[in-house]
Amino acid sequence: MTAAIEIKGLTKSFRVYQKPEGLLASVAGLFRRRYRHVEAVRGINLTVTPGEFVAFLGPNGAGKTTTLKLLSGVLTPTSGEARVLGHVPWRRENRYRRRFALVMGQKNQLWWDLPAAESFRLHQHIYSLPRTEFERTRDDLAEMLSVTHLLQQPVRELSLGERMKMELIAALLHSPEVLFLDEPTIGLDVVAQHNIRAFLRDYQQRRGVTIVLTSHYMIDVAALCHRVVMMGRGRIVYDGSLDGIVERFGGHKVISLHVNGAWSPELLSGLGELLSFEPPRARLRVARGDVPAVLQRILAAGQVLDLSVEDPPLEEIVAAWFAAERSDDGPSRRGEEV
Amino acid sequence: MSPAAAWTIIRISIAERLIYRGDFALGTLMRFLPIVTQVFLWAAVFSALDAAGRPAEVAGFSYREMIAYYLLTMVARAFSSMPGLASGIARDIRSGAVNKYLIQPVDMLHYLLLHRIAHKLVYYSVALGPFALVFLLCRGFFPGWPDPETLCVFAASLVMAFLLGFFLESALGMIGFWFLEVSSLLFVYMLFAFFFSGHMFPIDMLPAGVATVVRLLPLQYLAYFPAAVFLGKVSGPELWQSLAVEAAWIVFFAFAGRIAFRRGVRRYGGYGG
Repeated sequence: MTAAIEIKGLTKSFRVYQKPEGLLASVAGLFRRRYRHVEAVRGINLTVTPGEFVAFLGPNGAGKTTTLKLLSGVLTPTSGEARVLGHVPWRRENRYRRRFALVMGQKNQLWWDLPAAESFRLHQHIYSLPRTEFERTRDDLAEMLSVTHLLQQPVRELSLGERMKMELIAALLHSPEVLFLDEPTIGLDVVAQHNIRAFLRDYQQRRGVTIVLTSHYMIDVAALCHRVVMMGRGRIVYDGSLDGIVERFGGHKVISLHVNGAWSPELLSGLGELLSFEPPRARLRVARGDVPAVLQRILAAGQVLDLSVEDPPLEEIVAAWFAAERSDDGPSRRGEEV
Repeated sequence: MSPAAAWTIIRISIAERLIYRGDFALGTLMRFLPIVTQVFLWAAVFSALDAAGRPAEVAGFSYREMIAYYLLTMVARAFSSMPGLASGIARDIRSGAVNKYLIQPVDMLHYLLLHRIAHKLVYYSVALGPFALVFLLCRGFFPGWPDPETLCVFAASLVMAFLLGFFLESALGMIGFWFLEVSSLLFVYMLFAFFFSGHMFPIDMLPAGVATVVRLLPLQYLAYFPAAVFLGKVSGPELWQSLAVEAAWIVFFAFAGRIAFRRGVRRYGGYGG
């Protein structure tokens, strides 16, 4: 099977003007400008097979969105290669542009003052879709997202969640084979997030499209993607399953205890890092390898009413990992002055 | 682009334009106010000349011709002026809205051209009444209808003024790929265009040296040229030559805009998001 997406040594650097603070400095900047070279994506390699649902994870500035922009042909890389469905994205051939879609959670692509139905009609003609097929797809998608009754309402009068659903419909009208989603649930309330996630999972399973998604919300990733690509400072630092992240980066487990008065904070601290102690509840952070020994000591001491051992929340693992990664390689190397 | 797609873009642009019809109609009507000041201004100039016993003619224009000229440049500018085109392109580059044209199988310049045609159509439908009324009231300033051939050339010069205005301003907007802030640059351009397109006064009134240079520029086709054609100031071989030069300018700016877009996109940062 040929790859849906194939990336080799993809690199993108930007020259960013450094505007110093203050009026005098601004005037000086008119004559001599200082630029910083920012390497947003540094030689990444990645292969995605058709029908995969891949998540890009990473802190702001990790290069996730830049990678999506490169793959959708918005940006031209500094060096390296990429093929999506066999096309070089930044050549922007219409043949390629009819086969993929990009949805950006923070961007509005619909006509603001008109009903979404008008924008959809425009898409029908831009993508040369046969009328009956277009109308069937539109109605199906609107029904799946329960927005049929909102199609005739001006976009500016929709809620953020409703607008995001319309954006998704617009992106899917031409039945793209590859879908890039940049923060599709950003700013949405919990219910709207859930609906979008449920729709994406359902749609992906039904159609078998290849989806690459970036998100800050771990719950999006956990619910949707089997494969996670973690990026940090323009590089891919992890590529594998979600569980694998816990294996690899989660060196600790959290033991939650329900104890009685016999336990003191001092006693608990002797077992591991005491995360919280609000009698009768206590939480301990314990190195993975020490867990059996610590459990034995707790049980031997007795006076425990309840006990559970869990992996720390994924957010914490990833955040801790990125924090560690950042501190051992200071910001000075992130951008070299030129 | 298919005719169906083109028509849909025009239809939707019209629908969008009609949403704020109150604001739009008011804006359109306000454009007619300067006529009154112009009529009084030139009346004062010519009566002063008359009082001084000097020939009642400025750069070959009589008082009547001057008012007729001014009214005709208004018609020309109704075709050639492109409010918000260059600044809109620059804004879309800065905000990342240009991404849409890079991702979807649609050409940005084609799209903007159709969008602009729709805006003009809506504008004419609103402004036709006021224009007809003004010309009816001011018919005394005109020497009468020109011959059919001149009228045809006048009509052609209006359509070409639209195309030149569009391609010139869209090419200017592409500068936004290189300099994110282009408002000062566009202000300078508008100032130049105001004086050298013949919008303020006929370019025949400029000092000889300046007028020679201005006649080499494309700006005159935006206002001066259609009016001069109607009033019979340009005729014979000069007329056809001018039309050919105008056509060449249109082609030039159409290509310049396209090349600038292609090069600009390559250095584009895909801002936002």
